[in-house]
Amino acid sequence: MNKTINQKAWYFVIPVFVLVAFNAAIPLMTVVNYSFQETFGNNVFAWEGTRWFKQILLSERFHASLGRQFTFTFIILLIQIPLGIAIALTMPKKGWGVPVCLILMSMPLLIPWNVVGAMWNIFALPDIGFLGHSLNAMGFDYNFTQQPGDAWFTTILMDVWHWTSLVVLLSYAGLNSIQPAYYQAAEIDGASRWATFRYIELPKMKKVLTLAILLRFMDSFMIYTEPFVLTGGGPGNTTAFLSIDLVKMALGQFDLGPAAAMSLIYFFIVLLVCWVFYNLMMKNEAQS
Amino acid sequence: MKKYKWLVPTLYIIFLMLPIYWLINMSFKTTTEIINTYSLWPQKFTTENYVKIFTDSTWYMGYINSITYTVFNTVISVAAALPAAYAFSRYKFLGDKHLFFWLLTNRMAPPAVFALPFFQFYSSVNLFDTHIAVALSHCLFNIPLAVWILEGFMSAVPKELDETAYVDGYSFGRFFFKIFVPTIAAGIGITMFFCFMFSWVELLLAKTLTATAAKPIAATMTRTASTSGYELGLLAAAGTLTIIPGAIVIYFVKNYIAKGFAMGRV
Repeated sequence: MNKTINQKAWYFVIPVFVLVAFNAAIPLMTVVNYSFQETFGNNVFAWEGTRWFKQILLSERFHASLGRQFTFTFIILLIQIPLGIAIALTMPKKGWGVPVCLILMSMPLLIPWNVVGAMWNIFALPDIGFLGHSLNAMGFDYNFTQQPGDAWFTTILMDVWHWTSLVVLLSYAGLNSIQPAYYQAAEIDGASRWATFRYIELPKMKKVLTLAILLRFMDSFMIYTEPFVLTGGGPGNTTAFLSIDLVKMALGQFDLGPAAAMSLIYFFIVLLVCWVFYNLMMKNEAQS
Repeated sequence: MKKYKWLVPTLYIIFLMLPIYWLINMSFKTTTEIINTYSLWPQKFTTENYVKIFTDSTWYMGYINSITYTVFNTVISVAAALPAAYAFSRYKFLGDKHLFFWLLTNRMAPPAVFALPFFQFYSSVNLFDTHIAVALSHCLFNIPLAVWILEGFMSAVPKELDETAYVDGYSFGRFFFKIFVPTIAAGIGITMFFCFMFSWVELLLAKTLTATAAKPIAATMTRTASTSGYELGLLAAAGTLTIIPGAIVIYFVKNYIAKGFAMGRV
């Protein structure tokens, strides 16, 4: 759309600007403030320069949780994106199946995150949970509260359960926007199912898929509540992702300086990845 | 192969429903039964868990608190986002692109980063433990989202609509509320759905900013789980009840969800 230049448009943006600045800028400045200082309680602060940043960037604890975080996010994307596309492709296109699928599939998205964690905790308990009991009955030695491998398996399965639907809904919306003429043309050309997918459906879904990857990256990178309730970061620290580690440091040990420095590094990583994605998306949009 | 296509979504839905089924199953059992026996359905069917929730004010107030701040937040977010989204979709102005990206970065900020500063900030302005504090803090991620979705819907409306209205002698205010808002009603519905959704499911900030008076149901649940032993039946019943508002909201927007995702670029 050709937009008119109008500086008065700022007036329309002011309420949003004020509300978000109030919520983002002030707390962020507090974090920046802490990250350069040492606190002795009673509001006594001393300048520390970049000490906390160096300490965090060099600490093994941070490396470990960052590593876990990237591994987790990578696995999540690897499973959820293809699975979401596959489900969207096989979903009914019309009839009574459409609302049924949409409603049932959206359900996990609207359950409070700690309830998701609690639900999976009950579901996966080795003795009384359906999943745990079934796995043990099948001869697997499954106990997510004690074995790190099982804890990872359960956390990933929970996230797949929780968020795959978002990818499904996005892909489904992308597929729906393809005009029937494209499929007819493909049929006339005798295109195989794979070719139809590769050359018609996938390019048309590019925009929504970029968005799906962006959203899933962001949200899985910030994941806190669900694994916190499910495993509490355990056994040991094996499922302590970045946010869990951060909250432990900030609110548990009250190490404000290092926690603030870690917050900023954390935020910076998310921002960097998202900036790349955002530019990719805008480029896509400019092309179409 | 086409014949078995329905299997994929069906299996997926079964996978989605299993944990929910298990939660509901547990909610109708007594805690002793849960701990001592494994069964696919309640042996001694009981509704005492639900009765407890509906009669004990610490429990049912949790629901009222959660719904209150969620509704506050939805109203604030959409009201503020409407004019802003209009500006982004219709005009070019100084710093518009940067502002848009800056807004989005807030959707990307990990709430864990903000938990402590929010606590200190809202305490210092005497808003700690109020519904409005939680509603305002959720604006952090809901306003950017609302602007993003609404902008998508508004950009799909041709500009000629605005111009024709002005030629017909409409003032901006009358045009906006009488013509423009009804045109994008579906988009506003979708936006409200997403604001409601993200405010309803968020816990970290809601828990940090409340103590007793505005404590969300989700926090009541975690605290009960840790303090009074492990009342699994009660926990399951409370969990089951948190699914209901979401299910109601989905039912109303079911026809728009898929379209909303695509148009609104959520």
